[in-house]
Amino acid sequence: MRPLSRIAAIFFKELNQLRRDRMTFGMVIMIPLIQLVLFGYAINTNVRDIPVAVVDHSQTGLSRVLIQIVEATTVVEVTERLNSIEEAEQAIKSARVRAAFILPEDLSQRVARSPAAGLGTPASTDEETSRPVAQWIVDGSDTMIAGAIKSLRSMPLSELNRQPPNRSTPTFEVALFFNPEQRTAINIVPGLVGIILTMTMIMFTSSAIVRERERGNMEMLINTPVRPMELMIGKIIPYVFIGLLQTVIILGLGHLLFSVPFGDKTLDLFIGTLLFIGASLSLGLVMSTIAQSQLQATQMTVFVLLPSILLSGFMFPYEGMPLVAQYIAEVFPATHFMRMIRGFVLRDASLLDLHRDVIWMCGFFVLGMLVAALRFKKRLD
Amino acid sequence: MVADTDIVVRAEGLVKKFKDFRAVDGLDLTIERGMIYGFLGPNGCGKTTAMRMLTGLLTPTEGSVEVLGLSVPKDAEALKYKIGYMTQAFSLYGDLTVLENLRFMATIYGLTGARRKQRINEVMDRYELSDLKNRFAGRMSGGQRQRLALATAVLHEPQLLFLDEPTSAVDPESRRHFWEQLFDLIEGGTSIVVTTHFMDEAERCHKIAILEAGQKRADGAPKDLMAEMGANVVEIEGPNLRDIRRHLLGADGIVAAAQLGARLRVLVETGIADPEAFLKARPETDGATLIERVRPNLEDVFVTATGEGRQ
Repeated sequence: MRPLSRIAAIFFKELNQLRRDRMTFGMVIMIPLIQLVLFGYAINTNVRDIPVAVVDHSQTGLSRVLIQIVEATTVVEVTERLNSIEEAEQAIKSARVRAAFILPEDLSQRVARSPAAGLGTPASTDEETSRPVAQWIVDGSDTMIAGAIKSLRSMPLSELNRQPPNRSTPTFEVALFFNPEQRTAINIVPGLVGIILTMTMIMFTSSAIVRERERGNMEMLINTPVRPMELMIGKIIPYVFIGLLQTVIILGLGHLLFSVPFGDKTLDLFIGTLLFIGASLSLGLVMSTIAQSQLQATQMTVFVLLPSILLSGFMFPYEGMPLVAQYIAEVFPATHFMRMIRGFVLRDASLLDLHRDVIWMCGFFVLGMLVAALRFKKRLD
Repeated sequence: MVADTDIVVRAEGLVKKFKDFRAVDGLDLTIERGMIYGFLGPNGCGKTTAMRMLTGLLTPTEGSVEVLGLSVPKDAEALKYKIGYMTQAFSLYGDLTVLENLRFMATIYGLTGARRKQRINEVMDRYELSDLKNRFAGRMSGGQRQRLALATAVLHEPQLLFLDEPTSAVDPESRRHFWEQLFDLIEGGTSIVVTTHFMDEAERCHKIAILEAGQKRADGAPKDLMAEMGANVVEIEGPNLRDIRRHLLGADGIVAAAQLGARLRVLVETGIADPEAFLKARPETDGATLIERVRPNLEDVFVTATGEGRQ
């Protein structure tokens, strides 16, 4: 019974210390709360109202109507009207606008010959037919902005002649499962669980051992009969509860504020989250046995945190990364959890469906705990 | 020769190297049961390192250690139930209360239930902590912290207690009181090893070892050490004591000279039969109003055994 009661003693000690550390305790609640609200509203991959400049060399009624039609797509918003292409380039360079819409003098002729205007097909021998009606100059450095404007490339112009847009038959039919309205929050909120858990779990535990050292408690602790594994387990249990609490806050609030569905895989979700918490905590513990000070522990946390977030598929699709980056991403528990939680919450997947991620996470946890316990020496030399 | 069962610590040829620095350099120790054994020496002399090797916190580079019949560091974990350790700096949790600290440490040492409660109440009574039990350890005075540290160190009733400079952060009153408590523990059958750089504390020990540069310069009961010091002590009163000291230092037959208030304390080699006459005969002491032989103290022993006095 000694190991169990010792683990309990360490657990209650950690809990007491945590309870009295108001700042940390506040962060436990505030981090998920604020980040959920902030990112839930802020992160949106459907780009709208991109500020653009217009250079209208045509200055006709047609050009003004064309500008209005383009604005009506809500993809862009005209914020500046400029006289020359040079001015437009300067506006893009100085980041006042992200793109410029250039309407040529011969706009009317071009429109008349454009198939997009729906005035019938001109003779195929007429070379002029291949010319677009106007030009976009785009700040292509942000691929997402560029993509949004590129989507305007073949917009129909039949409205110019007060005709209904062509009812064309698509080549493919696309059925959108799981997020038919294409709301970004549906994808972001479950992902946030992974990000926030990675952040808080690794941060708390990475300082767990080194804090004892820094505050001078270590010399006494290693003089007691406590075993490294007892110490490790006792230290992580409080954070398991904190992690679960944070998950409940994020998913519950995500459901209330952003109508993120829950699915009915609650048990799978619980087990999956527990595994991820365990894996993150054991990673934090390993770092804690390496770090010499709490500052170093924090630095190591950031070192692990950034790739965890950026490579995990939270913001950028995993499939878009080169193979090497995918292998690196596979190392981080966050990548596997991102797949798991989106599976449970959005796709109604079960643990069995995601067994590879489950196995990997278990392995990571066990290995992490072993390494941490082995690295923790009850010696000073 | 003492019977083996009465030996709590036996160390032979103990060496600890940190890179090229020999912190402990060939230390032999035999510590008997039921006594307070002191390591006396200046900071950096290796006393803490030596103590850490005895408790298994440091692995000796060379030599063997046996504590309470267990080989260290091989059986260090088993030994930890039998020994108590009080670190130099306060190492309990400042953000836990006295009672929480005691409960934590009691459970770590395997005490549970009624036994745990009983031991905690016993040590709180004995070390006057009952009124402070809900006080945060970090908000207590040096003396109170020291009592708490001692209380936690003896919770599991260790046979052997290691105290690393236990009184460096407390006032003289608390220090006196603390030593009385140590003698109570000895009466209860505990043996104690203590490091100190205070002469008056060393003088209270049953036996001491004087350490310098990682080596043992002398050991034995303070009284015996004083008797066998190898120098006689003469005190000089009068004007220009600083001048006299400067002239005497380095002179033949003089081991050391140090001023104590209005007196100059001179250690004279035992080879000189009449140290008072020897000093009176020297021209520097012409103006002296008093030259008398006095009883040696432990500081004299320390001076003769270490540093300049040894050469």
